[in-house]
Amino acid sequence: MAEPIIEVRGVTKVYHVGVEVIHALRGVDLAVHAGEMVAIMGSSGSGKSTLMNTLGCLDRPTAGTYHLGGREVSGLDAAELSQVRNQEIGFVFQSFELLPRLTALENVELPLLYARGKGWGWARQRRKLAEEALQRVGLGKRMDHRPNQLSGGQKQRVAIARALIAKPRILMADEPTGNLDTTTTEEILALFAQIHAQGQTVLMVTHENDVAAHCERVVRLRDGLVLSDLPAEQDAAVGPLALARRSAA
Amino acid sequence: MLNPLFYYENVRLALRQIWANKLRSILTALGIIVGVASTTAVIAALTGLKTKVLSEFETFGAARLYVWPSRPDGVPKNLFPWEKIRLKSEEAIALRDQCTSLKGLTPISETSLSVQSDAEQLDGVSVTGIWPAWHATENRQVIMGRPFSDQDIVNERQVCLINDLAVRDLQLPRDPVGQHLLIGGRRFLVVGVVETITERMTGFNTISAEVFIPFPLMGKFQDRDFFMRFVALAKSPEEAQDASAEMTRVLRKVRGLGTGDPDTFRVQAIDQFIDQFKSIASGITAVAGGIVGISLLVGGIGIMNIMLVSVSERTREIGLRKAVGATPSAILLQFLLEAVTLCLVGGLVGVLIGQAFALAVSSIPGAKMENASVPAWAVALAFVFSAGVGVVFGMFPAIKASRLDPIEALRHE
Repeated sequence: MAEPIIEVRGVTKVYHVGVEVIHALRGVDLAVHAGEMVAIMGSSGSGKSTLMNTLGCLDRPTAGTYHLGGREVSGLDAAELSQVRNQEIGFVFQSFELLPRLTALENVELPLLYARGKGWGWARQRRKLAEEALQRVGLGKRMDHRPNQLSGGQKQRVAIARALIAKPRILMADEPTGNLDTTTTEEILALFAQIHAQGQTVLMVTHENDVAAHCERVVRLRDGLVLSDLPAEQDAAVGPLALARRSAA
Repeated sequence: MLNPLFYYENVRLALRQIWANKLRSILTALGIIVGVASTTAVIAALTGLKTKVLSEFETFGAARLYVWPSRPDGVPKNLFPWEKIRLKSEEAIALRDQCTSLKGLTPISETSLSVQSDAEQLDGVSVTGIWPAWHATENRQVIMGRPFSDQDIVNERQVCLINDLAVRDLQLPRDPVGQHLLIGGRRFLVVGVVETITERMTGFNTISAEVFIPFPLMGKFQDRDFFMRFVALAKSPEEAQDASAEMTRVLRKVRGLGTGDPDTFRVQAIDQFIDQFKSIASGITAVAGGIVGISLLVGGIGIMNIMLVSVSERTREIGLRKAVGATPSAILLQFLLEAVTLCLVGGLVGVLIGQAFALAVSSIPGAKMENASVPAWAVALAFVFSAGVGVVFGMFPAIKASRLDPIEALRHE
């Protein structure tokens, strides 16, 4: 099997909130290979957000190693992590996080604004890439609209286009359908499936089984540890309650 | 990274931000606008005044020298009574005859008298006693008739020169030469007409009738110890300082002052006046600079305040930008450029207002400000200072923005 693009070993994360010490991650091992579509699940406080932030290079683990595309990234500084995020990771957030003053096109272009070593010609190239990305998510006709002129589903499409524009190794989605109605949720999940089918590695944090069912593999966390790591069909068959009982036993 | 495109885009972004918050931006930049506008206006007015005054000095010629009585500093008044320090006609003669560096010298004494022509009587007309050298020292030639001659002085002829306003006010014929005037009750023959000088270096507008008579006759209208001053012309502007020294020497000798005695008079060359004026002008410029410093400080604090608000309002934006790959330095630069752009826009508005003020002032009739204009260096300085304020006061908020943790920032409500 090829080398995984994400490989974390013994990752822990400790927060100090006042005098209290919170162990958000207590030693997580996880490997994700290219082309996979993985759901990370868990109740609140299970550590799934912390794991997502760590995998997304928004945060550094307290201990453990993290290889992203074969490169050790757990020891990088803030500026280096910014570059890794810029080149390797595309984020999709629950609340879209589009900049209200920018048009859809400009929002999509944003990551390319922070690309390094580009000359004056970059502006035009960037625009073209952003147009392509918007067409890819089916918003070719809404390029000059501002976020407040778009529906929730359209906003999330813009956000997905933004996440994809820098051709990242991994697309990370944090509750991408959390703010959407059922119909729109289906559309967005279909879009994720379509992007995945084109070879994109996708990592999705969710607490909804329906959403997780769209993925190939489901990783469940509890109390900062991996509770289960199963293919989606098996995970659905076992059921979350059974898993919880098994671990309690 | 930070290619030129990045700067361009951030400035564009900042301009959009400013445009989107027009009212807030104006209020924020008000300190800078007011500071730059007032300084620009003061500098413009001063530049106009300076050009005007210096050009007036130049037309007078830098070769002029003035002598007037002066009581030495810090001495008892009774030791130097008026009689002892006042200038006298003999002293004028001595200076004229003994100072080789002078081209000409005239005593000048002014009084006001009633003047009567056949048709009209005017009270309080300015009557000035002069020597013929006055034509050269004041640069006022006759436009009709003849100038004064030495004979007029020596023989104390009852002749007079008048300006063209006196011709009008006294209802004299257009060519008044040969007419007679009763000046202070004495009968004078008009021998010439001199131009009316509307503007003089001292700032007095003498747009009124003037009458000039031979100096010796002034004694007939005034007290025995009347006030007079001397105006002299050096042979060349370069010799003005030498002439000043020579006149001081001669006058001290005439007055019998010993080596240790203080001068009881003052001799001053016109270039010293120019120096004085220049130092006053630079003093005003310095004060204006101080004012601009204070208003830029106040403006800068306003900028810092609003930038802190902006950083706090846009915490999520900062978080998002960081998440998609903005480095701390990119965020720092974004907010710094925003502050600088805001200040520069404020500076631009300020310069435009100052320019408009200069234009308005220069078109006020009689204000002698037709040369008021904003010099290029003042514009450049205004922009440099505005940008400086942006950098200094934008730095703290920008650093604050750059240090935000992306996760925290994205969670911010």
